[in-house]
Amino acid sequence: MGGMGELMDRGTGEGMDTAFFLAWFEDAGRLVRLQRDRLTALDAAIGDADHGANLDRGFTEVRQAFAEWPPATPVQALVSAGTTLIRRVGGASGPLYGSAFRQMGKSMDSPVTLAVFAAAFESGVRAVERLGKAAQGDKTMLDALVPASRELTRAVQEEIAAREAFERAARAAEEGSRATIPLRARRGRASYLGERSVGHEDPGAASAAIIMAALAAVAS
Amino acid sequence: MVGLILISHSAGLAAEVASLARCIAGDRVRVAACGGTGDGRTGTSVDLIDQAVEQVDEGDGVVLIPDLGSSVLTARLLVEPGRVVLADVPFVEGAIAAAVAAGGGAPLATVLSAAEEARTQRKL
Repeated sequence: MGGMGELMDRGTGEGMDTAFFLAWFEDAGRLVRLQRDRLTALDAAIGDADHGANLDRGFTEVRQAFAEWPPATPVQALVSAGTTLIRRVGGASGPLYGSAFRQMGKSMDSPVTLAVFAAAFESGVRAVERLGKAAQGDKTMLDALVPASRELTRAVQEEIAAREAFERAARAAEEGSRATIPLRARRGRASYLGERSVGHEDPGAASAAIIMAALAAVAS
Repeated sequence: MVGLILISHSAGLAAEVASLARCIAGDRVRVAACGGTGDGRTGTSVDLIDQAVEQVDEGDGVVLIPDLGSSVLTARLLVEPGRVVLADVPFVEGAIAAAVAAGGGAPLATVLSAAEEARTQRKL
């Protein structure tokens, strides 16, 4: 990723071309596969134990879709990945992540500076909130995505380089995911458990943190 | 006639509720069952629902009736106001109420409200 890293060094994120987004999805898929059993174990505690397998299948399908119809723009990459996740996952994470990436793609301007990325990312997070009728604090993926989005927006305001911004966003997502442990689930299957959902990390927040970690990794 | 689509994680559950709806509301009712992922897994397939919308829509509109979780999220992605609407109702009771209303020739808005009445209807 040396070439991409050099481009990212310009600080404004001018380097976020199609290859950057393809690398993000590739690395997200790799990390999801590595952590598949951990995600499944988290989901077995408060869900139906399919989150790791579903997401692994979803990102594998995304890789196949990219191979069959190579995206020519960042927008195409995001919309293709989103559509594939919606069509192929089968569980709740498909429509949620799928809508996030599709909405992010649809609201992405060109060229993709950090400011453009941050605004599109926020738009994608809003799509998850609307579709799931959920908010931060409900013990869902939003507990990782909302703080990550906030960090990106802050980085734009503070004129921080994209690489550092993505690292902060990944850290915020990871902290947000761990912060779901004491929460009581208000959305999703875990909400049926009521108080018994307390004490477990939310698998959706954990996978969102993985996807943000992939973003930081491809930018470094 | 308004079309109905029953969406469940389980292929068997969707098919049986569709069958029950036909028994009660009559064979003419345009009801499609979309259960499971289409490749044998438990879950939801947006493609199956999309195809079913085309199949049951005669031009009078379609009511989507999901059970829970990803069925609801996936169904919400296919809503087209005025043509494809989502009923926030108990799966069995809502399906039967909607099928009877649709079978009687009611328009889309009436079928939807008939289904939604099932939410508050007591059994005793």
